[in-house]
Amino acid sequence: MSEMGGVTETDVVIIGAGPVGLFAVFELGLYDLKCHLIDILDRPGGQCAELYPEKPIYDIPGWPVISGQELTDKLMEQIQPFSPTFHFNRMITSLRKVDDGSFEVETDEQELFRAKVVVIAAGGGSFQPKRPPIPGIEDFEGKSVFYSVRRIEEFRDHDVLIVGGGDSALDWTLNLQPVAGSTTLVHRRPEFRAADDSVNKMRALEEKGALAFCQGQVSGLNGENGQLRSAIVKGPEGEQEIACTRMLPFFGLTMKLGPIAGWGLNLHENLIKVDTERFETNVPGIFAIGDINWYPGKLKLILSGFHEAALMTQAAKKLISPDERLVFQYTTSSTSLQKKLGVK
Amino acid sequence: MTKLTIVAHDGVPYEIDAEDGSTVMENAIRNAVPGIEAECGGACACATCHVYVDDAWTEKVGSPDVMEEDMLDFAYEVRPTSRLSCQIKVAPELDGLVVQVPERQS
Repeated sequence: MSEMGGVTETDVVIIGAGPVGLFAVFELGLYDLKCHLIDILDRPGGQCAELYPEKPIYDIPGWPVISGQELTDKLMEQIQPFSPTFHFNRMITSLRKVDDGSFEVETDEQELFRAKVVVIAAGGGSFQPKRPPIPGIEDFEGKSVFYSVRRIEEFRDHDVLIVGGGDSALDWTLNLQPVAGSTTLVHRRPEFRAADDSVNKMRALEEKGALAFCQGQVSGLNGENGQLRSAIVKGPEGEQEIACTRMLPFFGLTMKLGPIAGWGLNLHENLIKVDTERFETNVPGIFAIGDINWYPGKLKLILSGFHEAALMTQAAKKLISPDERLVFQYTTSSTSLQKKLGVK
Repeated sequence: MTKLTIVAHDGVPYEIDAEDGSTVMENAIRNAVPGIEAECGGACACATCHVYVDDAWTEKVGSPDVMEEDMLDFAYEVRPTSRLSCQIKVAPELDGLVVQVPERQS
């Protein structure tokens, strides 16, 4: 691996750092393949970490019960000897094959990776902000309705409406209030999921008249050409219209296939078609494992993803080192594998 | 077995013999009731199995716990009778339960 001129060269780029992406590091590592993992979340674990860190999983072989977070932690420990490099909070914007047969992977942070093999282990797709089901909201997105704040300055002097009751909603209410023309927080109930401290600060500003809190749910938007003018909020005391020129809805995350759909891969109902010997897509050198792939008989189980990672590795290794004789070995008895694992 | 009626948004009722201990969401999925997505598979982590409990049943079904109430923040058109169907366990005392599927999931 080397980093030159902003290009990171590596054997394998793994898209997705969920349990299956993590275990792929182990299997590939046994064959001396170095991995970079890219994930849209801010930590490893994928759905296990994001959707059910505390929930028990009962069908991991050898673990009668293990939580999503414990499984993630154990996998991180297991792959530690292979020192993979993680790149979090990034979405992959493009994936293309270059003339020498390798792949260029670009992220929304303008990083470029060059890899011999790409493994898509993206689960249900990338976690993206959920669009609240307000009729016509698409027309305003990117112009006056935003799902994240890139630059605070873009909100200066605007009448800002923030919707939600979690930490994102409260944090941005507090951060934007000093620069905004006016700030209104809308949440469907008086209780919040956000940290008490943020809620107390918000309430103090509300008492001073520095911002407004409105209990209710946004049911409609008014404006022209993508520019928001007001929002209709349905509350316990009926409907009201709140003037606003910027809206920030925080409705959690959902999983979307996202840019993967545009990479020229054969799909089956939004899943990537692979064969069951190599778990390779229709593009040689791009593999897909775990919940994101499809083949006859596919089961979306973590354990199936682990199996797929092992078989994919055989194919990836042969592709990268066609002249090397592959010797199948067991970690239990092979001194060379044990050396790689750092136990010998 | 407990009788359960899930009314789809278009008004079509799905009458289901539900196993005690199963969740209303599981029965909706098994019987392909339109409008119940259950994206997260029943982990109380997505709010796409939102239903309205029929007024006559709200007391027996009970109210959501803190985690479910938090999750309902992400649902569409939440009402006082809103519940996540993955958190309603079928039991003999709910025999005859009626729930309604909302216009859309979030």
